[in-house]
Amino acid sequence: MENFNLFIRSIFIDNMIFAYFLGMCSFLAVSKNVKTAFGLGIAVTFMLTITLPINYLLETYVLRPGAMAWLGAEYAAVDLSFLSLIMFIAVIASMTQLVEMAVEKYAPSLYASLGIFLPLIAVNCAILGGSLFMEQRDFPSLGTSIFAGLGWGIGWLIAIVAIAAIRERLDSHNNIPAPLRGIGITFIITALMGIAFMSFLGIKI
Amino acid sequence: MSEKINNKTVLFNPLSKDNPVIVQILGICSALAVTAKVEPALVMGMSVIAVLAFSCVIISLIRKTIPTNIRIIVQLVVIAGLVVIVNQLLQAYAYDVSKQLSVFIGLIITNCILMGRLEAFAMSNKPWPSFLDGVGNGLGYAIILVIVAFFRELLGSGTLFNYPVIPASFYDAGYSNNGLMILPPMALIVVACIIWVHRAHNKELQEK
Repeated sequence: MENFNLFIRSIFIDNMIFAYFLGMCSFLAVSKNVKTAFGLGIAVTFMLTITLPINYLLETYVLRPGAMAWLGAEYAAVDLSFLSLIMFIAVIASMTQLVEMAVEKYAPSLYASLGIFLPLIAVNCAILGGSLFMEQRDFPSLGTSIFAGLGWGIGWLIAIVAIAAIRERLDSHNNIPAPLRGIGITFIITALMGIAFMSFLGIKI
Repeated sequence: MSEKINNKTVLFNPLSKDNPVIVQILGICSALAVTAKVEPALVMGMSVIAVLAFSCVIISLIRKTIPTNIRIIVQLVVIAGLVVIVNQLLQAYAYDVSKQLSVFIGLIITNCILMGRLEAFAMSNKPWPSFLDGVGNGLGYAIILVIVAFFRELLGSGTLFNYPVIPASFYDAGYSNNGLMILPPMALIVVACIIWVHRAHNKELQEK
């Protein structure tokens, strides 16, 4: 039950885009139409759900101070936490590569629709941000990290699809001041949606 | 490289005409999250300048030996190494600020400005121009960060660098701080306003 609450909280209250502004670069670049936005959203959700548990295991059994105690008493004092940044990004980059190859081999139709987005994901801040939040907040168990990853991913997916749907209709029907056209107005819409999402803050679950 | 690269353009173009944040739309994530106060914004800006300048030099030095198909991973490793150094330095000498910046120093790794500049410039140019390009883009990023933070701190908390600047008589006369400016979404609005002003002056950047 606690995990379910965390899942809901990750989608709405801790939303990656509207609460932390992570993954904004690809969010702004790829939100011109709903179909591609949906593809990228699925890819991000997938990678978050995979990399967060892996990084959790890495953190718990290798990186955290005293985490190596399972190797024997003499390793109990080892503290590798300064390596966590490099390890996390290495896991994310190599998982991206691995998933890209696996998808290409076993699901060519999915690859055709996701293909160009997969390499982009290695440098999506939302993925690394998820792992860093996991480290910072001391998640208690593997299940927590899976649910949080899934929730953050779905939150990101909802956000990018919503923005894409608005942008599709925006440019053709409205008379926006010339300097604001394109990226400027997208910033403002994102801000307004962010303020709307803040209303979830009051909900205690 | 037959044509000569003008070092001055390389250094100063990113400050306004080719600004990484408001024209190239790179590195937005961290630009928004750390700008509630001027001080963390300044530290963040300096960290990015340092990491960007040195990673540009390193990548530019080894650009001929990097195999093209694994270049992303090589670039990530170089950046991550530098970020770890910056992170450790901040924790040692500026612990309070590093606490405020929390995960965002780590997120410099995935800051698109870094990958963007390495791919677009450092991979095909000599170390010295690459260094200038790194410094220029870092400065362009830092300037926007500080401008946004200046307005947010001034209007939101009535302070600058944590010193109160709005006289007490204003508050007596009924002025109050705009709490909305502290909230993260307002950073987007401020950036949008900067884009608006900037594009109104540089008409060639406007989208149709």
